[in-house]
Amino acid sequence: MNIHEYQAKELFKSFGVPVPGGGLALTADEALKVAQSLAPGKLVVKAQIHAGGRGKGGGVKVVDSPQEAAAAAGKMLGMTLVTHQTGPAGKTVGKVWIEEGTAIAGELYAAVVLDRAAERLAVMVSPAGGMDIEEVAAKTPEKIFTTHVEPGQPLWGFQARKLLFGCGLPVALVNQGVGILQNLVRLAWEKEATLVEINPLAVTAQDKLIALDGKINFDDSALKRHKEIALLDDPAESDPLERQAVDMGLNYIRLGGTVGTMVNGAGLAMATMDVIKMAGAEPANFLDVGGGASEEMVTKGFEVILTDPNVKAILINIFGGILRCDTLAAGVVAAAKKLKLTVPMVVRLEGTNVQAGKEILGASGLNFEVAGSMSEAAQKIALVAAGGAR
Amino acid sequence: MSILVNKNSRVVVQGITGKEGMFHTEKMIEYGSPVVAGVTPGKAGQAVLNLPVFNTVADAVKQTGADTSICFVPAAFAADAACEASDAGIKVVVVISEHIPVMDMIRVKAYLKARGTLMVGPNCPGVITPGECKLGIMPGYIHRPGSVGVISRSGTLTYEVVDQLTKAGLGQSTCIGIGGDPIIGLHFIDLLKMFADDPQTQAVALIGEIGGDAEERAAAYIKEHFKKPVFGFVAGLTAPPGKRMGHAGAIISGSKGRAEDKLAAMEAAGITVVKALGQFGATVAKAIGG
Repeated sequence: MNIHEYQAKELFKSFGVPVPGGGLALTADEALKVAQSLAPGKLVVKAQIHAGGRGKGGGVKVVDSPQEAAAAAGKMLGMTLVTHQTGPAGKTVGKVWIEEGTAIAGELYAAVVLDRAAERLAVMVSPAGGMDIEEVAAKTPEKIFTTHVEPGQPLWGFQARKLLFGCGLPVALVNQGVGILQNLVRLAWEKEATLVEINPLAVTAQDKLIALDGKINFDDSALKRHKEIALLDDPAESDPLERQAVDMGLNYIRLGGTVGTMVNGAGLAMATMDVIKMAGAEPANFLDVGGGASEEMVTKGFEVILTDPNVKAILINIFGGILRCDTLAAGVVAAAKKLKLTVPMVVRLEGTNVQAGKEILGASGLNFEVAGSMSEAAQKIALVAAGGAR
Repeated sequence: MSILVNKNSRVVVQGITGKEGMFHTEKMIEYGSPVVAGVTPGKAGQAVLNLPVFNTVADAVKQTGADTSICFVPAAFAADAACEASDAGIKVVVVISEHIPVMDMIRVKAYLKARGTLMVGPNCPGVITPGECKLGIMPGYIHRPGSVGVISRSGTLTYEVVDQLTKAGLGQSTCIGIGGDPIIGLHFIDLLKMFADDPQTQAVALIGEIGGDAEERAAAYIKEHFKKPVFGFVAGLTAPPGKRMGHAGAIISGSKGRAEDKLAAMEAAGITVVKALGQFGATVAKAIGG
């Protein structure tokens, strides 16, 4: 789960990581009040959406007075912001964060991230702050300093010092940096975050380190034991259909093509999307109804797929396994009838009692085409999707 | 021969009295797997499917000589269960449970490493040595004893591949679903090392998916050290970046974890890459004979 910058900064603050004073506003009036409550001087108005690159898209504005802040907020609120991370459709700005401006002397990058290969948390620091860290890693890897946190151990001071001296920082800043890095690690462990990132971690004109941006990703599997974190989820940030699917217990991701897919198991679901594309059609979605695929889940799956107006055909690919295909076929037929399905469908079943399953589909009187293999299913669905021979 | 589990394994089921645990234990016994005991704290003295149930794994080991465990316990207790198995001297622990917090897994891995316990999973279908021992939730009947080792990050996708192999006349030595989480027990490379030493295994099917760089690392290892033919597949060519595709570990982060890069690494390592999943069985059969 991702959260907004302002939420990350509030968490930083509670973990002892310095951030500029600021406040959240949903309207221009609120923005004025927030701005008037802050220290006089320059102010920064920042659109709150879950995506990087906001500055280039007009989502960050530096202003000189509370009145200008209110005007900038008024412009930003309701606008659709397109950045390299939002996709072409962009995201609508519903909240802005207004904070005190910082006189910046330098910019660092600091992050705590789950290192899958090392199977522990990695702490990364770079003197190349304010830039896309992936680009830094690709072009100048020597500018990234990394260490790992041993399970059950803190980030030791010496580990942090190695990174910070590596960045060429003077002693006074190294000492501040050690505290910040240790606090970030503590935040990651205690709140079970797989990414805690500050980019940039600014060096101010007064030689202080301060977090000017914040990005945190939490482990979805751990949210149950962090209710206060789960509450930070912003429904406006996810596709409403994807959200509805999550509530139904389905793994669904909308993709934009015309062939709806329903598959049991995540890997097979991805492979099914891939074969559709290879056959010349475009998948409309990823949908994993679970390895066990019950009639109930199939019904829910249909409901979600059909809510997407782009869907012109549906490919169902179920590897029955322990589940019997006749039971499953009966479930598909019942669900299709219940929902009065008219979209053409190709069904590929495999597993126990597959023959009986195919007979049930054939005798249903519904618009099913049965495929015997993955390859055949893909060919058939591509034809159907193109409005070809049926 | 085979790897990890065989007819001489002695299996204890952790969480045997739960719905999933009981259902799959019955299927494992039907397959002929050497299940000897079950564990559910507080239920010692009961019998489930004619198997003795113990309060602790240590008791089960002491009374039945169990050396292998499979966990069906809910995610919130699964890390605890895996460590308990390790503490009791279990050699191989298979964790089926999904949605175990990743910080728990960091701790579990350190605990198990210190005690030399091997773990498969979590969030996986398990391990099967066809004809000898099914330790998981996979449908047993699609497998045949034979010479192809199968390693996969997925569940039903593995069944699909195994089914194609069997239909193409190719049996399997051992099939392992290593799990779809960011942090897992045994990796591709650990298992490739075991397959390298297993005379029954003549070829390996490597089934990957987007996210992380396990496939790239496996490919680098294969290029340098692994002499048996390897056939590779990677799911998720059409997966969009930044979206978690069902499995917690299946996510393209920025430009990392893309299927194209994994396939390219496999090809560069001399692995026979199968792009159309429907052709997997036929491709392997053509290369090594069905």
